[in-house]
Amino acid sequence: MKVMAQLAMVMNLDKCIGCHTCSVTCKQAWTNRAGTEYVWFNNVETRPGQGYPRTYQDQEKWKGGWELNARGRLKLKAGGRLKKLFSIFANPLMPSIQDYYEPWTYDYDRLFSAPMQADTPVARPRSLITGEPTKISWSANWDDNLAGAPELAPSDPVLRKVSDQVTLSFEQAFMFYLPRICEHCLNPSCVSSCPSGAMYKRSEDGIVLVDQDRCRGWRMCVTGCPYKKVYFNHRTGKAEKCTFCFPRVEVGLPTVCSETCVGRLRYIGIILYDADRVTEAASVADEKALYEAQKSVMLDPHDPAVIAAARAEGIPEDWLEAARRSPIHQLIFEYGVALPLHPEYRTMPMVWYIPPLSPVVDVLTETGHDGEDAGNLFGAIDALRIPIGYLAELFTAGDPEPVRAVLRRLAAMRSYMRRLNLGQKADESIAAAVGMTGEGVEAMHRLLALAPYAERYVIPKAHAEQGAQLEELATGCSLDYEGGPGMGGPFGEASGRPAPIAVENFHALRERQAGDDIDKAHQLRGRVNLLNWDGKGTPDGLFPNGNGKKES
Amino acid sequence: MKALDVVLWVVAPYVALTVFVLGHVWRYRYDKFGWTTRSSQMYESRLLRIGSPLFHFGILVVLLGHIGGLVIPKSWTEAAGISEEVYHLVAVVLGTIAGVATLGGIAILIYRRRTVGPVFTATTRNDKLMYAVLALTIVLGLAATVMANIVGGGYDYRTTISPWFRSIFYFQPDPALMAGAPLLFQLHALSALLLFAIWPFTRLVHMLTAPVGYLTRPYVVYRSRDEQRAGARDPRRGWEPTGAVTEHRSK
Repeated sequence: MKVMAQLAMVMNLDKCIGCHTCSVTCKQAWTNRAGTEYVWFNNVETRPGQGYPRTYQDQEKWKGGWELNARGRLKLKAGGRLKKLFSIFANPLMPSIQDYYEPWTYDYDRLFSAPMQADTPVARPRSLITGEPTKISWSANWDDNLAGAPELAPSDPVLRKVSDQVTLSFEQAFMFYLPRICEHCLNPSCVSSCPSGAMYKRSEDGIVLVDQDRCRGWRMCVTGCPYKKVYFNHRTGKAEKCTFCFPRVEVGLPTVCSETCVGRLRYIGIILYDADRVTEAASVADEKALYEAQKSVMLDPHDPAVIAAARAEGIPEDWLEAARRSPIHQLIFEYGVALPLHPEYRTMPMVWYIPPLSPVVDVLTETGHDGEDAGNLFGAIDALRIPIGYLAELFTAGDPEPVRAVLRRLAAMRSYMRRLNLGQKADESIAAAVGMTGEGVEAMHRLLALAPYAERYVIPKAHAEQGAQLEELATGCSLDYEGGPGMGGPFGEASGRPAPIAVENFHALRERQAGDDIDKAHQLRGRVNLLNWDGKGTPDGLFPNGNGKKES
Repeated sequence: MKALDVVLWVVAPYVALTVFVLGHVWRYRYDKFGWTTRSSQMYESRLLRIGSPLFHFGILVVLLGHIGGLVIPKSWTEAAGISEEVYHLVAVVLGTIAGVATLGGIAILIYRRRTVGPVFTATTRNDKLMYAVLALTIVLGLAATVMANIVGGGYDYRTTISPWFRSIFYFQPDPALMAGAPLLFQLHALSALLLFAIWPFTRLVHMLTAPVGYLTRPYVVYRSRDEQRAGARDPRRGWEPTGAVTEHRSK
């Protein structure tokens, strides 16, 4: 058993109102740069709908994720290593910018520069790819709120799996929103597709990242990811993806998308899992068994054997404590209401979802019944097989049973809590009908409905002492790094890799202690930090002073 | 021996090779972020799917041909029982096919680059220079082969150009060998030297990081967070601190 820690997320779809605040704040934080105009690390899709990029879930077309070969072993659906290298010059499975959308801006200057005329000038759209005037015909969220659904929704790859007859009545029945980020999979097919080895899974917290210095732009990760959550920056020629806001979570803050979520529907926590068993679990023959297989890889953080094994792997105590308090573990195991997105891709995704119950209640109320009565609700869940079939295609590879069980639990919670709200006596039988206790239902209600900040986000901080062990406390000489001493690379002063912070500090301190002039201390050896220079004039220290030359 | 010969066939190759090697070292140290193919497939893939494999597989065969022709001495192939006639036939047939494929490929790619709006917008001046020198080198090389073998009676470059090429790496350059070669071969060699000199500063650097390691590495790559911490460095071998793990385990 090799215990590893993984940061994971659960989203409660019942509470998503489709406001796109997560997408917008994420974009402002991460992808508001040239080359990433079309890149949405976080996007919110209306289901049924085509998704982003269009029909990305159709793996017969895009070949993302893994499949089993004839011998029952895992192989990349887009082909093995040799096939990848032979198709490297032109990747036949890469989405074009048209499959996303051609980003645009508006010719705002025209509003000011247009000459006096009878008609109000109009800011016309211009493509950000070509700079030419363009006609906007698609975007990241063109089918938001079922816009154009009669034409567009039939192309939903998930909907096509559910039968035609279902489709029509289903469209009238409901829609819901599906916010998506990178799944930070346990068995990531993007990492496995990267020819240069630039993509990696962080061993401390399982965040999947792209090393921008090693990425060579071979584009295989875009193909490999079945969720199409690795994007190609068309200006830099490098892959970029959701970072799980690692600079934030390292200091214990939730991701930007979670922090700004209006509906408070996102939960972040640690999961312990057995890395040795991931491949085995991802190779289970029956797709419908993959949900249970993934659960079986995750370990119980309360189990003394697991705790001992985790300690042996060097997982810090506070991380183990966070794993025990993890809302993710509670939602997946104790309450059993979270399900993975498309387990059939065999990547072991780590962003899970609580399927929406609301449409069921609404539909039931419309028919004149009491939509929150336990008996009515249980009956309706079984009667309304249409949404269950669709949800099952999303979350359990088509197996309706786990989805039904989750919906029954959510329905039971509503009925149970309504009785309490109306001042009636708690009805333990409602909880018992779904295999829970009244106490458990109330605890689940607290986590799902009240969702206190500190319980939604249980994020252990990165360990400062691990960094310090490499930095200040290193037993080597502080000058024996590459290029030192003298801090000059082969191309003169300030060339070569940046000096370690400890060395910069050392020199600054020495200047202050031994220098003639106290002002010189913060001049950092006669140089200026170009990151803070606005490009105007020549600030003192931009060029080093010659020895003995009087400073101005 | 004329001074010009020394400049062209001794000085120029060493300058080009020095720039090639040091340029790559410099680029790798200072511009890892810029070390990429800068693929334009997102913008256009229909022409790319024909042109790019045609060019790349063509140039790989051309590269192998150059290694076989320039690096392996004639005496070796003869010792292996390959006569000059057989070698010549194979080299000309394979070389011409690969050369035409390469030329066709780069023609499609340049046409695509010029005519497809987004691709042309993403083309830098550096790219244009690189395309010009690369295309020139390919055209001259193909022309030299065609002129010497198909129009002319054949030219055994393995007694002149190849020894000159190897003499550079022995540090005993012999410009006289090259001075007597046909003009087209000379021009091809010169344009190749120019290509090597600009190579490290163009997108061609992607060739040096061809991902052959992918064939042997495990699928999923794990990396520790600490490797990338700003200013951090690994302790020297033998100087790893003790108790780094036990420290927080005992807390």
